[in-house]
Amino acid sequence: MIETTDNGPELAIASSGLTKRFRGGQLAVDQVDLAVPRGSVYGFLGPNGSGKTTTIRMLLGLAYPTSGSAQVLGVPMPEGAVRVLSRVGSLVEGPAFYPYLSGWDNLARYDAADRSVSARTARARIEAALDRVGLAAAAKKKFRNYSLGMKQRLAIAAALLVERDLIVLDEPTNGLDPQGTREVRALIRQIAADGITVFVSSHLLAEVEQVSTHVGVMRTGKLVFQGELGALRRTAAPRIAVRTPDLTAAAEVMKKLGLADPVAGDDAITAELGDVQPESVTAELVHAGVAVRALTVESPSLEDLFVGLTGEGFDVER
Amino acid sequence: MSNVELTSADLTSAQPARRVEGPESAGSVRADLRFFSNELRITFFRRRNQLLLVVAALFPLLIGIGLKAAAPHGGGGGNGPGSGSAAFFNQLAGNGVFLTFIALSLLLILVLPVLVAVVAGDSIAGEAGYGTLRYLLAVPAGRTRLLIVKYATILVWCVAAVFIVSAIALIVGAVLFPVGPVTLLSGDTVSLGAGLVRVLLVTLYICAAMAAIGAIGLAISTFTEHSIGAIAALMILIVTSEVVDTIPQFAVVAPYLPTHWWSSFDALLRTPVDTTTLAHGLLSFAVYAVLFFLIAWARFTSSDVTS
Repeated sequence: MIETTDNGPELAIASSGLTKRFRGGQLAVDQVDLAVPRGSVYGFLGPNGSGKTTTIRMLLGLAYPTSGSAQVLGVPMPEGAVRVLSRVGSLVEGPAFYPYLSGWDNLARYDAADRSVSARTARARIEAALDRVGLAAAAKKKFRNYSLGMKQRLAIAAALLVERDLIVLDEPTNGLDPQGTREVRALIRQIAADGITVFVSSHLLAEVEQVSTHVGVMRTGKLVFQGELGALRRTAAPRIAVRTPDLTAAAEVMKKLGLADPVAGDDAITAELGDVQPESVTAELVHAGVAVRALTVESPSLEDLFVGLTGEGFDVER
Repeated sequence: MSNVELTSADLTSAQPARRVEGPESAGSVRADLRFFSNELRITFFRRRNQLLLVVAALFPLLIGIGLKAAAPHGGGGGNGPGSGSAAFFNQLAGNGVFLTFIALSLLLILVLPVLVAVVAGDSIAGEAGYGTLRYLLAVPAGRTRLLIVKYATILVWCVAAVFIVSAIALIVGAVLFPVGPVTLLSGDTVSLGAGLVRVLLVTLYICAAMAAIGAIGLAISTFTEHSIGAIAALMILIVTSEVVDTIPQFAVVAPYLPTHWWSSFDALLRTPVDTTTLAHGLLSFAVYAVLFFLIAWARFTSSDVTS
């Protein structure tokens, strides 16, 4: 358990054994132990339906865990929701606003509901938040007339209405065009530069790998990896690939060098490189008289690792 | 407009203002009032609700014009629809004040409950349907606090709807019919001033009746994300209660029905006023209001928000 100190806990989000079983019996979140360090940008990854949103709902006190516990900024949830959530900005499962109100009135609505802020500063805060996401010009427009991207930005503006210690963004780039995606990424960097912890979920690794310092990977309700992004990269074992007509001879050389997991194809053979230097493999192959047409070292991309952890796209696992 | 470039200069120059008060600040009552007044503004500025109030205001006008056209000259014996209200109709030709009682007793059957059902049924379910409920709770608005603000707004809405009907009926009655000392249903005559006090009391009594079904609507609203479902459910409940109330074989349960005491306001139009009946009515409304607010609270504070 993380104790609250005067300086605040070192973890912005901590959970232990967090579990949610729906009434139908389906296990949506299974024993998740999150550890999100303060000041980090934590990419919460996993395919759709892997339990990310349910986890976030529990962290925000919207859903009650079946078992396990969670702390946000050192405050236990969901009991401490009213105490801590004014320091947490959030975007959960897409933007939601009143279609018959303008962007400005929508933000004023959420602001009015917050008992931790003063009405006197509301105007300035709403203006600043709209400005920050580039919606100042559309402030008086009705929400129902906003484009998808504008809706998404308004939701981010709502998350930034008050000065926060933690921002939770659930799929913030859903439905955005590439430019919008880039803008959101720039916004996340900016928020993080202010020292605010960002917890951002996505089903696309590419979306968060450029901004994240830490990642957690979900698969069918379980947290299958958690750590620094670099640590995930390091789990990848580089492989050497040799294109050659002499597959048998090449395999023998690799075996002699102690390369693990050799896989022979039609005209190439690959194996895990391990500690062996690629140039010594080249030398040995040439020495053994193997006709080498091409030799490459392949490090699996983060995307490959991610797919390895979460399974291929279309296999429904439950 | 949708592609405003976000430069890093914009981002750094527009920092959100610092909070001036902590979460447990002394200004929390003011903060609660701010939330409440924002809720009221949204409710009363919403086009749909404004139209409902306009429609409610048109009814007394229509009823007044209709009765004026139907009433024979020289007073006495208008042909009012429905035996329950017949006594009022006979009095109308003699005094315009009675249009208030006629309008309220007619609109009480369906129109006023619809008005209350729309706002009460929409209260939580509407937020859930828009998805704004999860954001309000993440603000955090606080579940109990949100429910209190919602019910307080329903109460204001009930009062507004009933008073609008009452006020328009009074004006229309004064314009179309003679106004003077009021002859009550018991045959006694009281001064115009005393008669207007009775109008006020009747209006308040009906406000209380509407507040009770408002609580039922709030409770139903916490069980669904479809406001139309909550609205329909409440209306079905009210009509069922009204039907059961008229069947003699169900007389045993009649006093416990939510609508049973609605028309008892006519006790205020007799001398002496039958305070026992009125007290029963008010007690019934209070029990319904408290019971269903508690049901709403128990449900709302314990269930997952999945919308």
